[in-house]
Amino acid sequence: MSFDYLILGAGGAGLNIWDIIATLFFFLLLMALLKKVAWGPLMGIMTQREELIASEIEAAENSRQESQRLLEEQRDLLKEARTEALAIVENAKKQGEASREDIITTARTEAARLKESAIREIDTEKERAIAAVRQEVVSLSVLAASKVLEKEVSEEDNRTLIEATIAKAGEVN
Amino acid sequence: MEHKNPEFVFLGMHGNWSNILMLAVTTLIVFLIAYIATRNMKLKPTGMQNFMEWIMDFVKGIIKSNFDWQTGGRFHILGITLIMFIAVANVLGLPFSISYDGVLWWKSPTADPTVTMTLAVMILLLTHYYGIKMKGLKEYGKDFLKPLPFLLPLKIIEEFANTLTLGLRLYGNIYAGEVLLGLLAGLATSSAFGFVGAIIPAMAWQGFSLFIGGIQAFIFVMLTMVYMSHKVSTDH
Repeated sequence: MSFDYLILGAGGAGLNIWDIIATLFFFLLLMALLKKVAWGPLMGIMTQREELIASEIEAAENSRQESQRLLEEQRDLLKEARTEALAIVENAKKQGEASREDIITTARTEAARLKESAIREIDTEKERAIAAVRQEVVSLSVLAASKVLEKEVSEEDNRTLIEATIAKAGEVN
Repeated sequence: MEHKNPEFVFLGMHGNWSNILMLAVTTLIVFLIAYIATRNMKLKPTGMQNFMEWIMDFVKGIIKSNFDWQTGGRFHILGITLIMFIAVANVLGLPFSISYDGVLWWKSPTADPTVTMTLAVMILLLTHYYGIKMKGLKEYGKDFLKPLPFLLPLKIIEEFANTLTLGLRLYGNIYAGEVLLGLLAGLATSSAFGFVGAIIPAMAWQGFSLFIGGIQAFIFVMLTMVYMSHKVSTDH
């Protein structure tokens, strides 16, 4: 068994220039082709993915901050609304109190005024009635006097009549 | 066991059809894997796309352990292509080898020193090219005098040693794997007893070679990036 073939460059052919050329040719061809059809697109998609992930992370961060902000805002709004509601209730209570006072006062004044006017009216009516009675008395007296004069009654009768009349008038008065 | 190579002479230059054939097969397989894996890519990856992205991230990790990504990003495509090319090339010779009329046709292309040395020289030339391009000729030259000027001869030897070790490590590993597989196959075909004796070690060795093929591809890319970073980065 010969081991000549194990020796570098065995066969005595010298340097295989075509092998060198073929190696370089095939390797460089492969590299150029794959760069165009495989590595380029693959790197492109990997970069794209990296960008996508980065932008997604950023978006998530942004939306987290946004929701945090909104939450804060809602909390503030809620607090404000609660304060406002309390203020409104307070206000309404105060206003109710005030208007009650007002109504009572008005009612009282009105009542007093009505009473006053009623008293005044009663007084006026009384005056008027008295005046009317007086008038009546006078006319009755006159009537009585005229009757006395017409009738020419006795002195006694006359006196009795006058006295009666005066007495009546006095009673009335 | 004694296989001849299908050699030819064209325009006064020698060549080996088997190497050229296997390089073409490797190229085709790598291209198909990458091409099929990157059809209908989605932002949410599935199946093969995951696999390709894993390779990309793996190579990215190798690069990041040597450069900052700003500088090293440009070598990403080189790294991915290199790791897939070498891994596929290493594994091609594992399931079978085909020889016809005593001439070996089907084998790992990386089991040939010419191929691996070509790749190694290409990588080393690229490191020098990028070293000059990114640091300027003056800085590039000064690097040979660091850390001490009298180490210049060692620095120059280092460049050749790097090239040789990079290429021959790959060649040696894969070639040794194929030689042992060839011996085991020879044993298996010699007799029924030999077949029984050879089947277990052959399977074990195939598994191990698969592992070695992956490891060697990783090492090749790793060293590529290490040499590249020595030439390119300013802090060394």
